[in-house]
Amino acid sequence: MILQRVKALTKKEVKKTVRDPAVLFMIFLFPVVFVLTFGASFGGLGGSQPVYAVGVVNLDEAVPPSWASVFLETLSNTTILHVQLYVNNQTAQSDLSQGNIQAVIIIPSTFSQSLTSYHTAPNDPSDWINATVSLYLDKGSVVATQALPPIIQNVLDTFVDQNHNTVPTPIRMQIASLIEVKQLSAFEFMAPGMFTFASIFLIMMVAQSFTQDRENGMLKRIRVTPTTSTEFMASQIVSYMLIALIQAVLVFAAVHLIGFKPQVSVPAYFTAFAFVLIFSLSNVGFGLITATVSKTSSAATGISFLFVLPQLFLGTFVGSSLSPVTQLACKFVPSYYVTDALMSLFLRGATITTPTILLDLFAVSSSCLLILAFGIVLYAKYFKL
Amino acid sequence: MVNAAIAVENLVKKFEDVTAVNNVSFQIEKGEIFGLLGPNGAGKTTAVNILCGLLKPTSGYATINGYDVQKEGEKIKKLIGVCPQENAVYPYLTGIENVELFGDLYALGTEDLIKRSSVLLEKLGLSNDARRKVEKYSGGMKRRLSLVMALIHDPQIVFLDEPTVGMDPQSRRAIWDFMKDLKKEGKTVFLTTHYMEEAEVLCDQVGIIDQGRLIILDTPENLVLKNSVENLEEVFIKLTGRKIREEI
Ligand SMILES: Nc1ncnc2c1ncn2[C@@H]1O[C@H](COP(=O)(O)OP(=O)(O)OP(=O)(O)O)[C@@H](O)[C@H]1O
Ligand SMILES: [Mg+2]
Repeated sequence: MILQRVKALTKKEVKKTVRDPAVLFMIFLFPVVFVLTFGASFGGLGGSQPVYAVGVVNLDEAVPPSWASVFLETLSNTTILHVQLYVNNQTAQSDLSQGNIQAVIIIPSTFSQSLTSYHTAPNDPSDWINATVSLYLDKGSVVATQALPPIIQNVLDTFVDQNHNTVPTPIRMQIASLIEVKQLSAFEFMAPGMFTFASIFLIMMVAQSFTQDRENGMLKRIRVTPTTSTEFMASQIVSYMLIALIQAVLVFAAVHLIGFKPQVSVPAYFTAFAFVLIFSLSNVGFGLITATVSKTSSAATGISFLFVLPQLFLGTFVGSSLSPVTQLACKFVPSYYVTDALMSLFLRGATITTPTILLDLFAVSSSCLLILAFGIVLYAKYFKL
Repeated sequence: MVNAAIAVENLVKKFEDVTAVNNVSFQIEKGEIFGLLGPNGAGKTTAVNILCGLLKPTSGYATINGYDVQKEGEKIKKLIGVCPQENAVYPYLTGIENVELFGDLYALGTEDLIKRSSVLLEKLGLSNDARRKVEKYSGGMKRRLSLVMALIHDPQIVFLDEPTVGMDPQSRRAIWDFMKDLKKEGKTVFLTTHYMEEAEVLCDQVGIIDQGRLIILDTPENLVLKNSVENLEEVFIKLTGRKIREEI
């Protein structure tokens, strides 16, 4: 293998990417714009905090001024919440289902009683009367499910016990209509998927590059030079790894700008970028498969979506609300493991030695190498490299 | 045969429904300019593609410098330079970048590459446009750039598939002079064309191909003399009963 050739071909491929406005947009600008608009729509931009509309049903039996009215006031004083009062649960639920509010808080009938009992004997839990504040959330809203529970829990905690003691209190918050709540903001929850999201579109670029060079006779022209197919494939792999890396750095900068600042160690960052790089191998593989079955470069654009879409839907912004069948299907796309690993690294503080990361690494490497090998063999079978 | 630059024996290439090259044999000595003359679809490009290893012949045998085109492609690739019929150039690269890329593919040294590319670009009148992107080039400029890319590594044997197609008479003459220079340097040139005049002016040997068959092979002078006609155009008409291309 002569490095001079690989280097020259890589330079050419990168220049093509940087100089073609359409390609430039697809690979670099689109992901960045996507991240920025996505972030802005969640209020992450500009530092101003969003306001959530929350309905409150006060069933407390004590006569005001009571603990319940103090709690209501505390809620209203929270700038992040816009509190609306409802006389009963039904009217509140109806507004919730219509999307007018994003959550309903039910203050139970024994609320004041419970707090009085607590303040009379703060150190004697056996004398307390327990009460449960119920929280109904708009399941369709990522914001509501991700951001509201911690906010309201926080208000409740400070209200019940001003001193932020860790001692138990008689008031519990119960999330009535949701099974699983992650203590993360919506944007943080989705940021890892953006890296995978951006990278997937390289499939289209690889497929177009091959079909275009086939159409305009460049591949034939390279074949009459002493360049070997190994050198040529190496240049493609290196090129798209490089492009994937630049892409990841740009997405990272955009995500950072929006306010996603995970507390992650340097080795964990390297691990994350390693995942993105290994993943780019599958993009070359799928790109080659697409180029094999596509007669023209415009056909390649369409056909590449056969590989882009499943990986997009099953492997980038995977929610917990998917059906079991869909969740199973996710396990068959390489992008799923990349996103999973990035989530663990960025959000759960995992490192390269964490078992889930090792498992993801194994899944990503083996599937991507297999796809790449299959792509090369398939392409070489129908077109000489 | 071993000493010939290019030797072809009973070469046949069949596609599904057409026989593009039909039992063709010829020999080209080192340092010769050989012209393969024929109308559209005669099988010229197919013959070139077989010789430079892009296509497998259905049957027959061909060697370049004594190397079997089917078995010793690696050795042949270092010897030959190919300018394909279509302008295969990267539009998003500049002229010089295209040339340097191919210099790198032939693993030329940096100094060599710089020297040769500037000489060739100068000779083909592209020096002033070398740093412009090729997508801005005219058709004739692309054609000339394509020639530079084919010759950057100073190949001994050169395949030029219709090198002057689409060029104005002035540029065409410049290319002819360029090909004469190649001959002076001792290169072997395999040229395809459907311009009679080009073959007459340049070639040591002319083969006329029609519907895959090599119908005659001789020096241009002999072809004219033996058929007692005025020029190659009339040779073609006499042999096939048709004109090689209709005048517009
Ligand atoms: N890949 C292919 N598949 C099927 N038929 C082909 C293929 N390539 C060439 N042919 C056929 O072989 C014949 C010879 O084609 P070729 O390109 O060699 O002609 P040519 O002499 O170069 O013509 P032109 O002057 O138009 O370039 C034509 O009938 C063409 O249709
Ligand atoms: Mg042709």
